[in-house]
Amino acid sequence: MQKIIAVAFLVIILAVGGSTAVSSQQGAQLHDSQYPEVDIALGAGLYSARCAPCHGAQGDGIGGVNLRSGTFRNAITDRDLAGFIRAGSPTAGMPPFALDDTDMAGIIAYLRNMNSFDAGTVKAGNVAQGRAVFEGKGSCTKCHRVGRVGSHVGPNLTDIGSVRSAGSLQRSLVEPTSQMMPVNRPVRLVTKDGTVINGRRLNEDTYSIQVMDDRERLHSVLKSDLREFTIVKTSPMPSYKGTLTTEELSDLLGYLLSLKGPS
Amino acid sequence: MMTRSRRLIPCYVAALIGLLSLRLHGQVTSQRIAAANSEPQNWLTYSGDYQSHRFSLLDQITPANVKNLKLQWVYQSPVAGNWQTTPLVVDGVMYITQRPNDVVALDAVTGRAFWIYRYTPNPNRIVCCGANNRGVAILGDTLFMGTLDANLIAIEAKSGRQIWKTEVASTTSGYSITHAPLVVKDKVIVGVGGGEYGIRGFLAAYDVNTGKEAWRFYTIPGPGEKGHETWEACPPKSDGFCDPDAWKHGGGSIWMTGSYDPQLNLTYWGVGNVGPDYAGGQRPGDNLYTDSVVALDVDTGTLRWHYQFTPHDVYDYDSVQVPVLVDNWGRTGINALVWANRNGNYYALDRATGRFLLGRPFVKVNWMSEFDERGRPIQTPQPPGQPTYPGNQGGTNWYSPSFSPRTGLFYVSAWEDYASIYGPSPVEYKEGRNFTGGGPRPFGPVPGAPGLARAPINIWTEAAGHGAVIALDAATGDQKWKFNMTDVTDSGILTTASNLLFTGGREGYFQALDARTGTLLWKQNLGAAINSGPMSYRIGNRQYIATVSGLSLFVFALDE
Repeated sequence: MQKIIAVAFLVIILAVGGSTAVSSQQGAQLHDSQYPEVDIALGAGLYSARCAPCHGAQGDGIGGVNLRSGTFRNAITDRDLAGFIRAGSPTAGMPPFALDDTDMAGIIAYLRNMNSFDAGTVKAGNVAQGRAVFEGKGSCTKCHRVGRVGSHVGPNLTDIGSVRSAGSLQRSLVEPTSQMMPVNRPVRLVTKDGTVINGRRLNEDTYSIQVMDDRERLHSVLKSDLREFTIVKTSPMPSYKGTLTTEELSDLLGYLLSLKGPS
Repeated sequence: MMTRSRRLIPCYVAALIGLLSLRLHGQVTSQRIAAANSEPQNWLTYSGDYQSHRFSLLDQITPANVKNLKLQWVYQSPVAGNWQTTPLVVDGVMYITQRPNDVVALDAVTGRAFWIYRYTPNPNRIVCCGANNRGVAILGDTLFMGTLDANLIAIEAKSGRQIWKTEVASTTSGYSITHAPLVVKDKVIVGVGGGEYGIRGFLAAYDVNTGKEAWRFYTIPGPGEKGHETWEACPPKSDGFCDPDAWKHGGGSIWMTGSYDPQLNLTYWGVGNVGPDYAGGQRPGDNLYTDSVVALDVDTGTLRWHYQFTPHDVYDYDSVQVPVLVDNWGRTGINALVWANRNGNYYALDRATGRFLLGRPFVKVNWMSEFDERGRPIQTPQPPGQPTYPGNQGGTNWYSPSFSPRTGLFYVSAWEDYASIYGPSPVEYKEGRNFTGGGPRPFGPVPGAPGLARAPINIWTEAAGHGAVIALDAATGDQKWKFNMTDVTDSGILTTASNLLFTGGREGYFQALDARTGTLLWKQNLGAAINSGPMSYRIGNRQYIATVSGLSLFVFALDE
């Protein structure tokens, strides 16, 4: 059965080395050219657990199949690749894999870089120690909440390990502004009577805005009642570069990646 | 003592009332629809009239009193899902469709139902992009509805009982009908959807009494037919991903209601995208008549002229927008057809000949640079991985525009600053299977900018594109004013003789603007996205405005 699955993976989806016919007609491969090392490392772990049983550690467990090429005939884009992995190919024996966005980003990053990746270069973090940093030295709960612990002021991180890639999370720890999603941009509102509201948008439409302020209070304000509406493009989160050690950052990342939703 | 003539006055009045009554409750004829402006109390066809202005001559509700609009009644659909119907109102009775293919007759004053016709489409139907139906047509005492499983059904308007049913196409091959039919003379005209399933699109006319097909026009011409040459042969050294039979599954769906010019005896319809949507390399040529407007003789279905908005489309720029007919365009004496296209351009064409009069962008466009002297766009494909403006949902889409003869302005629901990055991939045609050949992904100008997914809350921030109502001078395409929204909009637009404009949006607001300036005059939060076109009617001396929001139909009027 394992052989059948592996053959299916080869023949139906990923046929090795790319098809020159396709690439000549369709132009460049449409996928990200840069994959963060942490995504690749995450993908390496997933590959080892879920793909290697059929495809082998080197991606060549079946004669004639070479997943290390990184290019695939029927999965030109990363989206194609994700779609195929999620759907599987039941008729050929490959099961569907229900990976969340974080894990899918990792597995794709690994498949695209299998040939050059050295697993020894990225250190996996310790989840328990990362949690201790999160709730202790890092003071992350001062703004963020996981489960029922922490503040509502910043974005809730209970499922952050299933919605953001490892690379994005790693970078957000040292360059928070670079990874801040537009919906999380802080806002400063000043009403016509001079009341100042600093907070985070929960919702917005043409006429109104709903905000969680920096004291966890909910506000719903008509834009027509405002004299100032400023969207701040700099994250209020501090960079942990230099504040946390490399090991602590690695552990913190490991903890964030483990957050897959309510337990 | 009463004179003889005075004694006769009551008789004259009674006779007049009798005639009026006969007029009000008489059968709906094609002539009556052609003269829809003479009875603005009714809404006789999908866009209000054959010219598709979605403009009401009713003027009881004005910019001065619109702030006093009050909700009169609500009808709630029991079926969940995106609801896109536009009601018809004929002599006090409102006819709506609701998912999947029900027809409901309502008292237009109270919202109480007279009857409900239920049709269960084939469970094996294959329909792209939601099981929508946008409304019915009426002729005589008969309603006509296209179904999701590609049947055309005639229903008694008084009883809701089925008269006949005709299979228009095979649903298991990916054909469907989602738009409101158009009735002209003794024919009911419908087209077929399925552009993402490799159909060969067509428009067909059926006898209103029997359901027998009178003519059929294929939007993808076959061998020997004019236009077939635009489905070019594959290069001799084809690499195996060029399809020599591309025309057989070339798309060209029709999923919005067309227009009709009684003087020219021509009916105008917009044609949808080519199949496969994005993998252009496997279908060389212009791929007529996809992404075109076609003008057909209404008696025979013969093509009189066409204009292709997006030759060899690789962006999914369906041209299914409602064709809007404008007489004496720009005081030139030309009777024109004007069109805000999904590809981001506003067009004017001579509707007698198809001659290109005007083309200019109404939103950001980078898939083309300019038009040549014949109106053909000079295309500027963007490098792989780079954004194309507008994105695949278009600068506008199927949402009904409006033209006000009072202001001379053309109003369109637009998506501004919106782009997609296209990723084509080869695809082999298999009957009834998805045939898009890759797909677009939304482009965000900053990391984490929202895509098209609708969240429970609005994440469509200033970092993404946004919706707008844009008012264009119909004669020049000049933007006269713009009303910005935070989220995008899928709502149609209604204008009235009192210079009011009604529209909605994804945010759930139903709003009235001054059609001359774009100034907000009134708004009501209806709680869910408005995905259909508003309409207006009058019962007695009272004007009503109707719109769908979410699963509910809301009807407003001034308090008595």
